[in-house]
Amino acid sequence: MSGPTESNGGARPASSPEEGAEWLRGKGKDADVVLSSRVRLARNLAGRPFMPRASRDEREEILDSCRSVILQSGLAQRMMWMALHLASKEERTLLVERHLISQQHARGRLSDGTGGLKEPRAVAASVPDERLSIMVNEEDHLRIQVIRAGLAFEEAYQAIDAVDDALEQRLDFAFSPRFGYLTACPTNVGTGARLSAMLHLPALKMTGELEKVKRAAQDMSLAVRGFYGEGSEAAGDFYQLSNQTTLGKSEHVLMHELEREILPQVIRYERSARAKLLDKRKNALEDQVHRAIGLLTHARLMSTEEAMHLLSQVRLGIVCEILKGTDLAAVSRLMLLIQPGHLQQVIGQSLTQEQRRTARATLVRSRLKTSSRKGAG
Amino acid sequence: MNCDRCDNEATVHEITVVGGVQHEKHLCEQCAAEEGVVIGAGGSVTELLGKLAEGLPPGTAIEITHASPKCPSCGLTFSKFRHSGLLGCASCYSAFEDRLGPLLERAHEGAAQHVGKVPKRALAATRLSPTGESGPDILGDAEQHAQRAQLLRKKLEEAVAAEQYERAAKLRDELNQLETEKLSPGAESAS
Ligand SMILES: [Zn+2]
Ligand SMILES: [Zn+2]
Repeated sequence: MSGPTESNGGARPASSPEEGAEWLRGKGKDADVVLSSRVRLARNLAGRPFMPRASRDEREEILDSCRSVILQSGLAQRMMWMALHLASKEERTLLVERHLISQQHARGRLSDGTGGLKEPRAVAASVPDERLSIMVNEEDHLRIQVIRAGLAFEEAYQAIDAVDDALEQRLDFAFSPRFGYLTACPTNVGTGARLSAMLHLPALKMTGELEKVKRAAQDMSLAVRGFYGEGSEAAGDFYQLSNQTTLGKSEHVLMHELEREILPQVIRYERSARAKLLDKRKNALEDQVHRAIGLLTHARLMSTEEAMHLLSQVRLGIVCEILKGTDLAAVSRLMLLIQPGHLQQVIGQSLTQEQRRTARATLVRSRLKTSSRKGAG
Repeated sequence: MNCDRCDNEATVHEITVVGGVQHEKHLCEQCAAEEGVVIGAGGSVTELLGKLAEGLPPGTAIEITHASPKCPSCGLTFSKFRHSGLLGCASCYSAFEDRLGPLLERAHEGAAQHVGKVPKRALAATRLSPTGESGPDILGDAEQHAQRAQLLRKKLEEAVAAEQYERAAKLRDELNQLETEKLSPGAESAS
């Protein structure tokens, strides 16, 4: 029988940097537009101060009680546990790039500016699929996250609800009848649930209709964020759409609104923008996609931003069937492998920024040539 | 902000401008009284203003703020929360309930009442409490129940009016669930 895995000082989040990362599988419902559906629940232990007022001793106690419950509740076949105050910088970077922890959790810093690298905190994740991850002692005692490829909020919510139930059998969560689940920041109070879809919207960006979609989303109290969430830029036309309010609307109503009303509309907009481009500007679109492939397979120096931008174009080419024979999953995997932490992991040594640009171009070149040789032409 | 002379919260702020140079004093009520800056609260506003006006150098401004409420459990003051945006413990929500209410409504599209999942353990604890009433008030009292139901009914009407039938069905389910909870406390936990 497999059990919990502890990894600190050396072990990697997944058995290999190529595996795991559900959100990059390139599969699932409406995967041409929706990379992943993610649900996050914020929970705090009753009778314990929230993180900003918890002493170091209290933080350690919270970490200990959560650790034993998380590892002993049979949440997944195998759970990995990594104490981040003991982890190396490289390990923390890998976890951020895999979207298993927030940048804030990597730094150990709360949004009020307190804390630091030595604060007792951890992440637990199901391995090797990484569909479930739990940050302990982030802004709230527990931040549970479940992710599924494609548009699959219903499935993701069911899974996280079961995890929440299992944890709740042994942990008392802070809850009030009026305010619901109590969180350190009142913007998360209520359900404590944040649903977020990772979307690829290159055609809406090209036709200039993206701003309209963003405004409509904001009118519905939805936040539009970049590839790495809060405060990040949209890399390669990837956007995260998520609910901003957590009080007064049940998890089910929120989930159904997103999955059945809002996202199908966004998906329709993006697809019709793609159809419009194929219809009216086919030559220009084909040119753009092939230029992207050309650069990716021939360039000798490449930054993360440029690679993300070009891979986004290639992804558009694949889903519009301009590029045949290039595998969507291969492109998705590259989006992860070109990130600085993963790149150094693949190369097996730490590199300067300049060395990374060379290594990145080499990696992309070799990967894309082997994956597209059969069908290109 | 702390008092210049001790660790209490400063509630009296005196700003004196002498020759273009600004001097600031931040004192708690006690120290302010000791320094003769202000005369303890309790008197009428006119009385207070009258006393203040005596013997103050020109160019002096005195502002009196009220002590920020404090969470009895973790000691966080409301002004500290305003500054950091983060609360200190679960009790902060009840300690600052009146002030948080409007703030939450603004942050959550006017919502003031939780709708959705309730932790089962807490639910069971309420139902299993010997008197059925005296346990932790997790589900809220009848009034809170009524508020939740009212909110759901309003949303249901809106959904029907907008012909969002799927959403309406979901809301109806939720409303039914809420009403079952109210009618049969303890029904699920007979063991
Ligand atoms: Zn004082
Ligand atoms: Zn408190």
